[in-house]
Amino acid sequence: MPFIEQNFAEPKPEMMPAVRVRGLRTQFGAQVIHDNLDLTINRGEVFGLVGGSGTGKSVLVRTIIGLLRPAAGQIEVFGQNTQANSAAAQALRRQWGIMFQDGALFSSLTVSENIDVPLKEHTRLRAADRRAIIALKLQLAGLDPSAGAKYPAELSGGMRKRAGLARALALDPKIVFLDEPTAGLDPIGAAHFDQLVLDLQAALGLTVVMITHDLDSLYTACNRIGVILKKQLIAGTIAEISARPDPWINDYFNGPRGRAAAFAGAA
Amino acid sequence: MTSSTPASAWSRDDTGITVTVSGAWITSRLDQVGWPKAERSDIAGQVVVVDFQKIETLDSNGALVLHRWIEQLRKSAATVELRHPPAFYERITDAYAQSRTGATSPPTGRWGDSLAEIGHRAIDLAKATLHLLSFQGQIAVKLAQTLVRPRQLRAKSVVHHMQAAGVSALPIVGLLSFLLGVVTAYQGADQLARFGAQIFTVNVVGIGVLREMGALITAIVVAGRSASAFAAQIGTMKINEEIDAMRVIGLDPITVLVIPRVLALCLMFPFMVIFADALGILGGAIMATLALDISFGQFLRQFQTGVPILHFWVGLSKAPLFAMAIAAIGCQQGLMVGQDAASVGIRTTAAVVQAIFFVIVIDAGMSIFVSILGV
Repeated sequence: MPFIEQNFAEPKPEMMPAVRVRGLRTQFGAQVIHDNLDLTINRGEVFGLVGGSGTGKSVLVRTIIGLLRPAAGQIEVFGQNTQANSAAAQALRRQWGIMFQDGALFSSLTVSENIDVPLKEHTRLRAADRRAIIALKLQLAGLDPSAGAKYPAELSGGMRKRAGLARALALDPKIVFLDEPTAGLDPIGAAHFDQLVLDLQAALGLTVVMITHDLDSLYTACNRIGVILKKQLIAGTIAEISARPDPWINDYFNGPRGRAAAFAGAA
Repeated sequence: MTSSTPASAWSRDDTGITVTVSGAWITSRLDQVGWPKAERSDIAGQVVVVDFQKIETLDSNGALVLHRWIEQLRKSAATVELRHPPAFYERITDAYAQSRTGATSPPTGRWGDSLAEIGHRAIDLAKATLHLLSFQGQIAVKLAQTLVRPRQLRAKSVVHHMQAAGVSALPIVGLLSFLLGVVTAYQGADQLARFGAQIFTVNVVGIGVLREMGALITAIVVAGRSASAFAAQIGTMKINEEIDAMRVIGLDPITVLVIPRVLALCLMFPFMVIFADALGILGGAIMATLALDISFGQFLRQFQTGVPILHFWVGLSKAPLFAMAIAAIGCQQGLMVGQDAASVGIRTTAAVVQAIFFVIVIDAGMSIFVSILGV
């Protein structure tokens, strides 16, 4: 076979990591948040994003999903550049779901109508099919069917988070981003939410990226974690990260709360 | 994307019908599903086998749509057998089945519902009116308390709202009043010239502006600018639970939010009316000099003799009433905002509409009152 016909093309999209960030730099004015940050998230993993307040965890997620523009660097989700304005980049938006911190539900719509918004906008399914999908997503997010008819203001904080998750799952995304999913939940609710994330990940083959301060979530739900330190990101399993000789990491994982969570996670 | 269209194919043999589903059953392609065209009678009483083996990818919405279609088949076919359904499909249908248990259908409409609706609305209207009255009473009580104990007053806030609702509105109030003066002078002169009584244009402008239009135009501008601003500011604070936070800290929202706004508007409104009066008459005077052969001196002389000062006082007497109504309605609507973003819009609109409505009602009431007094 002639030499030139050999195919050195890029790996197929199916083989690409879910998220690949190279040399990312974000800044607001003169304030640099991330500098030359690299990040790879594999398909099907639950990835926890950790960092002190103000280190730019939310900013990183918002940059990946294109709500913020980076000053420099390259971001690919499933091998597709998110900053391109192409039709493919538009199609990519349907492949991720985002759960904002307090659900970010549309306050003038009921929970069912909230879940219906992406379905109506991006599919041409019949109303009966959409209703069935809404019932399924409520069930998957662990909400009672009666919650569908309620307005966000009538729900508790935990239920709002679940409703936000149900909306994020409406279009069957391949990757979901969760911003502090267990913040403000009681320990039992938080543990249920962690289990829910694991169940969904197993059932739907999701890739999950979650920003969290909850050490229990990190130990029970996450396959790998990433820590934002000095404007860069270090990723690895929790054992690898917590063994690093850095004062912040040491305080974070080996403080009283960290030790308790590690003990519970090992048990 | 290289995934293929979701499709299904029928084949019939002597044991029954086999449906082979194939392709990518994913959300983005579900509108391209090729449903087989089969008459109900074709499958009636038959054994139908649904073969999943050729499915490339399946997501939860795809599985659900497929499941619902198979449920349809079950209604007419004798038996429906699933061949090689993926474990994922079964997980989704299980979850869906669970969601159906305990689900209740929404209540259906009954006869007399619309009649009941009318009744409910009438009651709501009565309640709203009562609420407005009691709110005015609350403001009056708090205002009196503030006068007794002036330390309760948020002076900084009062000054801020005097600037925002009063001083900042002067340019637009002045411009509108000036133009109204011009228009009145022109129209008045046009009619009065028929009797050779052009000079009485001055009386028309003077009495019209001083007695009615100065106060009215100020009220309408302020209702549009400030009633809406008050409602939106207080409403957004309510959504943010700031009002609840105030109550918890021991601050009274009426003393902190409503009284400064009402007081600021009551203090500024008379000056705004005077400003509007002056510019309205200036507009009339300029129009008279330029177009009507009435010199500026003549205008002033006629104004002094023909327009008693009483008209100015009648116009000005409405200022505190208008100010009170506008500020109270704006604040009250703000406090009535619910928990959702849409209600901020509804309440802001209601604030402006109600404020203008009450301004005109008060104006009419005052006209009757003053005519009874005979001034």
